[in-house]
Amino acid sequence: MTPPAPVALIDYGSGNLHSAGKALERAAREGGSGKAVLVTADPDVVRRADRIVLPGVGAYADCRRGLDAVPGMVEALTEAVMERGRPFLGICVGLQLMATRGLEHGDTAGLGWIDGEVVKIEPADPTLKIPHMGWNSLDVARPHPLLAGIPTGEGGLDAYFVHSYHLNAARAGDVIATTSYGGAVTAMVGRDNLAGTQFHPEKSQRLGLALLANFLKWAP
Amino acid sequence: MSDAAARGDSMLKVRVIPCLDVKDGRVVKGVKFVDLRDAGDPVEAAKAYDAAGADELCFLDITASVEARSTLIDVVSRTAEQCFMPLTVGGGVRTVEDIRALLNAGADKVSINTAAVNRRDFVREAAEKFGEQCIVVAIDAKKVSAEGEPDRWEIFTHGGRNRTGIDAVEYAREVVALGAGEILLTSMDRDGTGEGFDLKLTRAISDAVTVPVIASGGVGTLDHLVDGIREGGASAVLAASIFHFGTFTIGAAKEALAQAGLPVRRGGGDSAETA
Repeated sequence: MTPPAPVALIDYGSGNLHSAGKALERAAREGGSGKAVLVTADPDVVRRADRIVLPGVGAYADCRRGLDAVPGMVEALTEAVMERGRPFLGICVGLQLMATRGLEHGDTAGLGWIDGEVVKIEPADPTLKIPHMGWNSLDVARPHPLLAGIPTGEGGLDAYFVHSYHLNAARAGDVIATTSYGGAVTAMVGRDNLAGTQFHPEKSQRLGLALLANFLKWAP
Repeated sequence: MSDAAARGDSMLKVRVIPCLDVKDGRVVKGVKFVDLRDAGDPVEAAKAYDAAGADELCFLDITASVEARSTLIDVVSRTAEQCFMPLTVGGGVRTVEDIRALLNAGADKVSINTAAVNRRDFVREAAEKFGEQCIVVAIDAKKVSAEGEPDRWEIFTHGGRNRTGIDAVEYAREVVALGAGEILLTSMDRDGTGEGFDLKLTRAISDAVTVPVIASGGVGTLDHLVDGIREGGASAVLAASIFHFGTFTIGAAKEALAQAGLPVRRGGGDSAETA
C-alpha cells in the first residue's frame, strides 16, 4: 500500500516554516487524514504533491524574489495547481502572491491566479494602527469547505492577523471572508482549488487547526 | 462617544499578553496558577496560558551568557511545536543572526532593546530583512522631568540603571520610521510596583507612533489593564506577576476589559495537545 501522498510546504527562505509545518502535522493527526507533511524546496516534490501550502512572511518583493530564486519552482507550482488542480493554500504573503501584482515597495508581479492588487490597508479611521496586528473576526462572504464547522462572525472564533497590505480582489466572488478594520480588509480568498488566508492559521489556535484539518481533506 | 465608536469600524480585539522571564531555559518566577508538573518549564507555562486564552505569549530571556542562547532557541522551538499562538521573544537580541534563529525556531516577533539604543540602524536592517511586522522595539523609559516641569521621559538601559539622555517619545518616532512594527513600552518607574501603567507615558508614545503599542510595567489590578487601553491608548497590555501568581486569571482580565466596553477575544484557545 502506498502511503498518502505528501502535503508540500514550500520552503523558499521566507520565514517561519516550523510553526506552519507543526500545525499541519497536528491537523493531519487530529483530522485523521494521516497525510505526511514535507517541507520542501524541490520542484519535483511539489509537482507530485497531493496538496500544496505556500507560506510567506515579510515584504512582497522579497517573497517573490525568494520564490523565483528556487529554479523551476514557479513552473512546478503552476503545473500542479493551475493545470492539475491540486488543492492550494497560500498563507499571508503566500495568499498575496496569488494576486496579479503587489504594490509594497514598488510594483512586483504576482502569480496572477487571482485578479487583483495587493495594496496598503488604509483604515477610514486614521487612529487605527498599522500593521493590523492581533485577533479579529471573520465576516464570511460565502460558505467555503475550509471554514466548515468553524464558528465565525461576532461571537465566533477570531483569527490572528499581522499585516499592512491586503489583496484587493477584482472579482468580489473571489473573496471568501473579510475582516473589519476601518473598512473591509480581505481575510480569505479562493476559487476552485485555490484558497488563501491573510491571517495565520498556524497561529490562530482552534480556528487555525480546524481550518488546516479542513484543507487536508478538501476535495475541490 | 463609546469606546467602540471611538475605535471606528473595527473588530480588532485588545490583546492580553502574559510575559515569562526565562533564564538558562527556566522560568524565573514560575507559574503558580495551575498545577504544573514543572512550574519552571517555560513550555509547560506556555501551554497553561494557551489553555487559559492568552492572546499572545512573550518570553523575555534574561540569561547573561551567550552560550545559553541555544537553550532559549530550544525552548522557543518546543513551545511553537505545541502552542499554535503568537509568540514574541526578546532579551539579548543583538544581531540579524539572533533574529533569524528565533524566527526559524517559531517566534513570530522578536523584540530588540539595547541593541537598538546603541545602533538605530539595526532596526532598519532587521525590518528590511524580516519584515516590519516581526520587529518589536522594546523601550524602557523613566520620567526625568521634575515636578511642575513638562513631562519628559528618557530611555534607560541595564534594567533602568543607565540613563541615556535619549528622549523616549523622539526615540519611539525614530525606531518606527526605521521599521519597528510594534513598540513594547515599559515604565521603569512603575515596573514591579503594582501601581498601574504610567498612563501619560503610554499616551504620549501611543499618540506619537502609527504602530501598535504594548503597555507594560506596573499592573496590579484589572482596572489598570482597562486604563492602559482607554487612557494610555495602547493596543495590548502585558503583565507578568498578576498572572503567574494567580492573582488574576486571563479570563478575569478579559472580562474586566469587556465590562469596560473594549473588544476582547473569547474562546478558541487551548491549542496544545493534552497527551
